[in-house]
Amino acid sequence: MSGAPPLAVRGIEKAFGALQVLKGVSFSLEQGQVLSLLGDNGAGKSTLAKCVAGLYRPDAGRIEIDGRPVELDSPQRARDLGIETVHQGLALVPRLDVAANLFLNREVARGPGWLGLLRWLDKREMYATAERVLQELGVRIPSVRQPVESLSGGQRQAVAIGRAVAWGRHIVILDEPTAALGVEQSRQVNELIKSLRGQGVSVLLISHNMQHVLEVSDRAVVLRHGEVAGDVRISEVDQRDLVELITGAARRET
Amino acid sequence: MITTLRRHLRGDRLAGYVVYFGFVAILLFFAVALRDVGFLSAQNLMNIVRQTTPVTIMAIGMVFAMSTGQIDLSVGAVVALAALVTALVLRELGLPLAILAGLAVGALVGLVNGTLTIALRIPSLLVTLGTMGIVAGLARSITGLEAVPIIDEAYTFAFGSGAFGLVSVLFLWTVGAVAVGHLLLNHTVFGRHVLATGGDPAAAVAAGINTVRIRILAFMICGMAAAIAGMLYAGRLHGARYTLGEADLLTVIAATVIGGTSLFGGRGSVIGAVLGSWIMGILNNGLILMGFSVSEQMMARGTILILAVALSLREAKR
Repeated sequence: MSGAPPLAVRGIEKAFGALQVLKGVSFSLEQGQVLSLLGDNGAGKSTLAKCVAGLYRPDAGRIEIDGRPVELDSPQRARDLGIETVHQGLALVPRLDVAANLFLNREVARGPGWLGLLRWLDKREMYATAERVLQELGVRIPSVRQPVESLSGGQRQAVAIGRAVAWGRHIVILDEPTAALGVEQSRQVNELIKSLRGQGVSVLLISHNMQHVLEVSDRAVVLRHGEVAGDVRISEVDQRDLVELITGAARRET
Repeated sequence: MITTLRRHLRGDRLAGYVVYFGFVAILLFFAVALRDVGFLSAQNLMNIVRQTTPVTIMAIGMVFAMSTGQIDLSVGAVVALAALVTALVLRELGLPLAILAGLAVGALVGLVNGTLTIALRIPSLLVTLGTMGIVAGLARSITGLEAVPIIDEAYTFAFGSGAFGLVSVLFLWTVGAVAVGHLLLNHTVFGRHVLATGGDPAAAVAAGINTVRIRILAFMICGMAAAIAGMLYAGRLHGARYTLGEADLLTVIAATVIGGTSLFGGRGSVIGAVLGSWIMGILNNGLILMGFSVSEQMMARGTILILAVALSLREAKR
């Protein structure tokens, strides 16, 4: 392993009113690793993911990218650092078409930079690139010109993941990517995750699907009541061990 | 091709087409009903466009506010204040500053509308209901209900009274506003972000779009469009008065919604808004020619607004 980990979370705390959701969570994600974040509902998984995505600001603790502490004060900042997130709510705009969603806020546009928001959309280029990128990823949808609202749940999920994969240079966070998917589509998502790992991208995966976790992850961090209840190598545990960690019947680190 | 056609017919985009059918239907209706009084004459049609231009431009501005999921009720009041400010500055300081001052009124009210909506988290419906009152009050007090005449011929020519042959300068204003509005909404990064902000604010934020800035800018565009409408009224009527734009709010909202712009954001059509405004204009003109009174026209406009909103809601539920 060369140098500092792509993502390190150190003592992150986050409260919503009186509810302390994260109570000092620390772990690190190594390069080209798939790390699963496990835990029961309300354990703080999504909150943690949103902190790393720049949507929430932690009350305490710090996040390091490549060993440097960073201030993730906006989603744009996280994106600039090469962090892409697929949120549980998908974060696609239903009325915009597939290509528009793929290029949301990174539109291909012509015109000098000082024109800013008035730059001219290069729709043809975006349609062509969207088509090519999704095809390369094996995402099958009828047309990139179709509004996302006309797609099935599985197709939408594929587009959302495709977007993260296409742009995530460094770290991709997937929040329950297979929750709404059938068996075949889940398998495709697994393939996407594996190909990301192959490209040296680090993946933070949040999932309830234990089978899924065991199949694609290198490591699992188990959260329980906002604290790390276990940080284990997947090769050294089985499904029962993970369930015990999640429910609090055991506590271990490997 | 076939699937696209089927999708359209199934109604995914029905609201986008209603305006075309409506436009043709209402045109045909009056063409037949008023065939003896020259409804379809070039002169009458140009009259309709001329009378409708301020509403058309306001509706185009409203498309931007609504597409971000907001509404601006202060447009009618901005018309009056911008017209009066323009007329006053024109008298004292000359044409260029007058135009700037008029536009500044619209931009400023838009800025206030947007900032209050976001900072206080009050629905824009209520914020702009409030600013409508404030701006209307300012328009009344600024000259103490006095009208301000405009004698500058360059101004009156450019802003409403001029014509090239049969083609009124107002027609050119309409064409220009449609072109700018349509291209801005459909072909720029800004327009894309407007639709994303209104379509799914959370998704827009997650994508890193500065939705606060987009919403404020949309309000400013809406305000400036209303200001231009006021300047055009003043140019056509050779003067400004606090009553200008008073009755336009209902018409503008109806035109925008008939045109296929969603009341809930995320979908907007500038061309639809123009056709919508022409539907309202034709209706006005036709009803006058048929001998109906102003009060009856108001009722007709209200009815159309309710129909248009019902259609918009039906689509949102789908």
